Amino acid sequence: MTMADPTVTSANADAGEQSLARSAPPTRRHNRVHRQRLRAAWMFLIPMLVVLAAVAGWPLMRTIWFSFTDASFSDISTYSMIGFENYLVYDNGAWYGVLADPSWWRAVWNTLFFTVVSVGAETVLGLIIALTLNAQFRGRGLIRAATLIPWAIPTIVSAKMWGWMLHDQFGIINDMLMTLGVIAEPLNWTANSDLSMWAVIMVDVWKTTPFMALLTLAALQMLPSDCYEAAKVDGIHPVRVFFRVTLPLIYPALMVAIIFRVLDALRVFDVIYVLTSNSEDTMSMSVYARQQLVEFQDVGYGSAASTVLFLIIALLTITYLYLGRKQFGGDA
Amino acid sequence: MNRKLLRKIVAKAGFGLLLAAIMLFTVFPFYYAILTSFKSGSELFNIDYWITTFNFENYQAVLGQSSFVSSIWNSILVATCAVAIAMAFGLTAAYALGRVHFRGRGTVLMIVLGVSMFPQVAVLSGLFEVIRAFDLYNDPLALVFSYTIFTLPFTVWVLTTFMRQLPKELEEAAIVDGASPMVTLFKVFIPLMGPAMATTGLLAFIAAWNEFLFALTFTLTDDQRTVPVAIALITGGSQHELPWGHLMAASVIVTVPLVVLVLIFQRRIVSGLTAGAVKG
Repeated sequence: MTMADPTVTSANADAGEQSLARSAPPTRRHNRVHRQRLRAAWMFLIPMLVVLAAVAGWPLMRTIWFSFTDASFSDISTYSMIGFENYLVYDNGAWYGVLADPSWWRAVWNTLFFTVVSVGAETVLGLIIALTLNAQFRGRGLIRAATLIPWAIPTIVSAKMWGWMLHDQFGIINDMLMTLGVIAEPLNWTANSDLSMWAVIMVDVWKTTPFMALLTLAALQMLPSDCYEAAKVDGIHPVRVFFRVTLPLIYPALMVAIIFRVLDALRVFDVIYVLTSNSEDTMSMSVYARQQLVEFQDVGYGSAASTVLFLIIALLTITYLYLGRKQFGGDA
Repeated sequence: MNRKLLRKIVAKAGFGLLLAAIMLFTVFPFYYAILTSFKSGSELFNIDYWITTFNFENYQAVLGQSSFVSSIWNSILVATCAVAIAMAFGLTAAYALGRVHFRGRGTVLMIVLGVSMFPQVAVLSGLFEVIRAFDLYNDPLALVFSYTIFTLPFTVWVLTTFMRQLPKELEEAAIVDGASPMVTLFKVFIPLMGPAMATTGLLAFIAAWNEFLFALTFTLTDDQRTVPVAIALITGGSQHELPWGHLMAASVIVTVPLVVLVLIFQRRIVSGLTAGAVKG
């Protein structure tokens, strides 16, 4: 059911593996073959694991290391250890460090707000589009192809496209809203501090709803048709069928899609950086960390912010993996 | 009878309206970018809903910039190399994870999934140090190296799913014939994995093509940049004088090939996305 998860199909693969073991008598030759396969498996895995360690493991360790130093971006090789000063330090009657910076907490709040609102909107809209595309009608292929367009467009490009559509003087969105009489005068979407976060959310929803819609559609198409026939025979209202039958059945798949989107939204950078640059109103945790790191050249402080972000996401991922461990094929 | 007919018509019209709304929502921004890219000068400040002029000035201006053209080449180079590396390491790993039952497989899968969930900014300073150490700063090769952080886990994850779906009889026959795992992989599985590899490769290519944070941080000069950075850094006299015509032309140029690819391979992409569900 959770088709985002290759280990679900592992039930079959495991069965295959075991029947393979069972079908041949447990001879010496079989044992030798089995051991040969095990050795080969690790030989195949080790290069991949080494590459992952080089591009992810080692840099992560170094980032955490840098967070305890005063390294600078222009000269990253000379630094001294300063302990937890980048995180939190009490000096001369005041607290300093990432955890005492109101801008950081603003960024945390922005990121959480962005994540909850945009993933929520994407889930609902994605569900509506998926239910529509699940019906039989002429031109379904065309509409499904159209929903893939926003997904294919680079985030930077979509942010620029929307930046133009949301332009305060010549933007088409203001023109539409004024023609419809919703607003009396043009709004400055990307600069107004009450609106800029909503502009960011709008772009993100446009860009990622197709992803949600397609994952939900795939789940819908795997549903058995017999319970719908039963519901139809009993004359149950379609809305009731949706909440009582459809939603519970696609729930596991939907949850997987939501988790992926949440983890993705928590590290949001591109949309915000391009649409509203370094404005405090929309700054996410990633934008904050990169600003400290690159623009203010403070590798130590920026690394401390990155480490906190990493810990937040790691905690969420571990919780998710722990809760979903039963799905992850026995021997974890 | 009449009321029933009426209700049917209303339902049909409502459904049609819903479809039109979905179509408008998904396609309009891209259509509007194309529309804008054909305008120049003061035409940009008239709001139009239909394409009225076909003026290729913006395209000529953008493609006449050598730095923009070199950024396209950089993007192609970086994305292709990143995908090739991910495929080379991912295929063997996916065979091990998909076809062999061994202790610790779940752990390896979790590591792979964990890395794909990494916030990129968390490795930024560590990667920067590595790139500096190898003297790759402001070099597209630095991006090839750093993009492996998301192309490789994605490739392993999706190929593992596809690998598992292949029937076990194939492998049994190879084992009975005494083929080694290496031979089994190359002679039995890889020929069958063609479509899956194309799907995975395309998705990884799009992810690498669209990447922004690393490209912004690890390159410095105009001729070393990739396309997303080049577009993000197109500026005019001030924030309020952005050359929107050029921007939209550049956006259309880098997006049209992707949209065409996606429309051609849409069925495969949907199957790849549902198998991977990693990045949108």
